[in-house]
Amino acid sequence: MNRSVILQCEAVTVEFDGFKAVQGMDLRLEKGELRFLIGPNGAGKTTILDVICGKVKPASGKVLFQGKVDITRRKEHQIAELGIGRKFQAPSIFPTLTVFENLEIAMRQNRGVFATLRAKMSAEERDRIEAQLAMIGLEAKADWRAGGLSHGEKQWLEIGMMLLQEPEVLLLDEPVAGMTDKETDKTGELLHQIARKRSIVVVEHDMEFVRNFASKVTVMHEGKLLKEGSMDEIQQDDRVAEVYLGKRRDVDVSRSTA
Amino acid sequence: MQLRTLTPQRIYILIGYAVASAALFSAPLFMSDFRLNLLAKFLAFAIVALGLDLIWGYTGILSLGHGVFFGLGAYAMAMYLKLEASGDRLPDFMGWSGLTQLPWFWKPFESFAFAAAMGIALPAVLALVLGYFTFRNRIRGVYFTILTQALVIITVTLFIGQQAFTGGTNGLTGFSSVLGVPLSSPDTKRMLYWITVIALLGAFVLCRYLVKSRFGKVLRAIRDGENRARFIGYNPAVYQMLVFSISAGLAGLAGMLFVLHVGIISPFMMAIVPSIEMVLWVAIGGRGTLIGAALGAILLNYAKSEFSTSYPDAWLFFLGALFVIVVVFLPKGAVGLFGRLKFPKRKGQKHEQVSHSAV
Repeated sequence: MNRSVILQCEAVTVEFDGFKAVQGMDLRLEKGELRFLIGPNGAGKTTILDVICGKVKPASGKVLFQGKVDITRRKEHQIAELGIGRKFQAPSIFPTLTVFENLEIAMRQNRGVFATLRAKMSAEERDRIEAQLAMIGLEAKADWRAGGLSHGEKQWLEIGMMLLQEPEVLLLDEPVAGMTDKETDKTGELLHQIARKRSIVVVEHDMEFVRNFASKVTVMHEGKLLKEGSMDEIQQDDRVAEVYLGKRRDVDVSRSTA
Repeated sequence: MQLRTLTPQRIYILIGYAVASAALFSAPLFMSDFRLNLLAKFLAFAIVALGLDLIWGYTGILSLGHGVFFGLGAYAMAMYLKLEASGDRLPDFMGWSGLTQLPWFWKPFESFAFAAAMGIALPAVLALVLGYFTFRNRIRGVYFTILTQALVIITVTLFIGQQAFTGGTNGLTGFSSVLGVPLSSPDTKRMLYWITVIALLGAFVLCRYLVKSRFGKVLRAIRDGENRARFIGYNPAVYQMLVFSISAGLAGLAGMLFVLHVGIISPFMMAIVPSIEMVLWVAIGGRGTLIGAALGAILLNYAKSEFSTSYPDAWLFFLGALFVIVVVFLPKGAVGLFGRLKFPKRKGQKHEQVSHSAV
């Protein structure tokens, strides 16, 4: 097995009341890869993320983390501890905690009850949180309750929380939804920076965003893998064009249906 | 937040705590024995309120079954008191029910230390077991609350039904002394009062440590978004079990003190109405603030004893009305109102309009 493969889905099938949301899906993610996952509505993109982070248990198939651990049997918090972080579509931060506290509890640390009972904020931890605050541009709002932030700020806070979590693999579900063009570009650059050290899977509908930042794209359709390759290859592919918009070849137009 | 600077607000609060503690300790100097006994009872209730606030105010889990945990603590202490009062004879109610010798599980309660330990351990372990089966299976919200009500009904039915072992509807009463000291003497009462004050202050310090620690932040995170906490890597079930257990242990401690002050415990004191009343103290006083919960318990019980002597029928209406007013107009309870009047929020905090729904 290739040593640099960090996450490998093998023939994953997910059923909801007899409906196969994902059918025999394979996905290999290498270390330091920024992978985009696209496809029409109902293609099973979010479901495959749910399988990886443990929210949904597959009917069959395996998900191997670092080549050895089959994580389909683990619980969500155990998977998170292994080093797989998930960001959901809607920003989900803890609204009654301050921005600082949100980052504090997200930070990589022993998460057992007795550890948190005794935890003292060390200078090193404080520095890390403050550095993160600077990176996401929320230094001035560290004492705000997170519920009072704007939509974009919440998304950034959540990305900051994920980074302090220091996962090996980040799963992001439409991270730029609702962001302005400028914020979107900033997020894209941030993702590239992060991908130097970690691996990222992004589910995205915004084709322009995908074209600007993707290195490798996986297209799903009706729960199956349709095509995998560079953005150019994807755009040239007839089947992709077909599932997106009948016979038309321009993937771009799909944004209106997405 | 993290910086321990002495802002004026902090100084006021510290002075407030010091004055309140001093007043509590010196109360026997200027209160009649009768009033002191009432106050002691209210302080015991305040301990229950602190525990309830931990689980409800900070973790977002509403328990309508704390009467049971309170009752278990009270019964544990009452068993010891009953045995001490009975001397070498069988407790009177057992004879009436045809028992000829002391049941095996009563025997260890001849020891005060054992009874006191059980008064906290029994409720704590029961809560741990209940929490294990519910929180681990992600039973929460209103379903959990209904289960706690079921626990109340089961326990009360059991205690009434097993008259030979529990004293049935009459409960346990007719105590004479604790550790050889007569319960009725004013000196003992004063000593018990001080013990209660110390227990309350200890419970307050414990709860304050818990909610200020990172553990407390995780509790609030679980309240805000249990799933999110899970995907960060926390196991909410373990946190919920532990805090539910601590909360039940505090209720048990309060129950023990209650029996020492009041001299009786019956199944009705742990039934559904008292269980709900405990929640109302916290709701009206101020959920999510420890001082609010404690004050809510003390002041509402004071009001109840004043009110119900003059207008016995009106009390429940008054309590209900108060609850409605608080839920509709003061989601943070009476203490929230105080905070709004007294300390203008710091600049950044004007955005914190986080209102909690009633349940």
